[in-house]
Amino acid sequence: MSSATRYTATAISLHWLTALFIFATFPLGVYMHELALSPLKLQLINYHKWLGVTILLLTVARLAWRATHTPPPLPETIPPWQQRVAHGLHLLLYALLLVIPLSGWLMSSAKGFPVVYLGLVQLPDLVAKDKALGELLTTVHQTLNFGLLALVGMHIAAALKHHFIEHDATLRRMLPFGKGI
Amino acid sequence: MEKSPLLMLLLFATTIGSAQAAEFNQVQINKSTLTFAYRQMGVPLEGKFGKFTAQLAFDPARINAAQARLEADLASIDTGSSEGDDEVAGKLWFNTKAYPAAQFVSSGVKALGGNRYEALGKLTIKGRSLDVSAPFTFRQEGAVGIFDGAFTLKRLDYAIGEGLWADVGTVANEVQIVFHIVTNAAPPIKK
Repeated sequence: MSSATRYTATAISLHWLTALFIFATFPLGVYMHELALSPLKLQLINYHKWLGVTILLLTVARLAWRATHTPPPLPETIPPWQQRVAHGLHLLLYALLLVIPLSGWLMSSAKGFPVVYLGLVQLPDLVAKDKALGELLTTVHQTLNFGLLALVGMHIAAALKHHFIEHDATLRRMLPFGKGI
Repeated sequence: MEKSPLLMLLLFATTIGSAQAAEFNQVQINKSTLTFAYRQMGVPLEGKFGKFTAQLAFDPARINAAQARLEADLASIDTGSSEGDDEVAGKLWFNTKAYPAAQFVSSGVKALGGNRYEALGKLTIKGRSLDVSAPFTFRQEGAVGIFDGAFTLKRLDYAIGEGLWADVGTVANEVQIVFHIVTNAAPPIKK
């Protein structure tokens, strides 16, 4: 019955790919923002946008997976209130993984720089060029990202707590290797 | 005295000639635009020159006499971001302190058929002068003559974006210059 106690290979791959891309995109965004204008900065901005669009696509795929699958249950040893908090946190994470790339895309449009995914596919501009809106969206994008940083921190801390302190199967459900409960 | 048919014909031709041979040479600079388009890692971007001057003399019936001279104030560039505007004023790009303007001076105009023409001339940027040809269309609306055209230059030919910016994989070498120039016909000369 390992199929019922662990996420499917698809869900596990999508989760860890998302994690990998978040850990690349977030520091890239912070770093490139501070750079003086140079070809490197322009390249990094584009890579950041491509990564962001990739995260958006992965998140849409993950929501489609969730809509068609039932996730393996949390261990019964976890009290119901913690399960509800975990569920709420996951919902917020999904919401941010949709809204953050969208806010970046909106910000690009408002600043008059279209997003061309992988340098090949031009995405439509979501809003017309508007300097004030571009600056507002920059703040929104940054603020949402620090929200994501806090949530990811809680997500990792909870996973590690369950794995190393409570020795339950919470994390093992999502690990790419090993057995289920 | 009876007028000779030849004289009639001449008179007729002159009348037609003076009706058509309007020279468009009063540039309406506030209605005209000088913009450019380029790609940055596949991203299409546009900019414009806020200040430019144009002197034109164009009579579709006498294109051999057509003349054009355009001068763009390079410090008036709008690249779409203030960071970009500051950057391109610098030495690696336009070096606007040493070379404040870009100039186009025509050497001739060719008719390409219909309302299509081609302006030939020299484009000077950053101390480098190169031959360019710019196809354009000419549209006449009463006393107003409208020129629309574009040509593509390679920025590295003019050392625009040197050093670390010379990598055309980031900012493309090709830059399309697009002009829209509105003129009025010269007021008729009173005899």
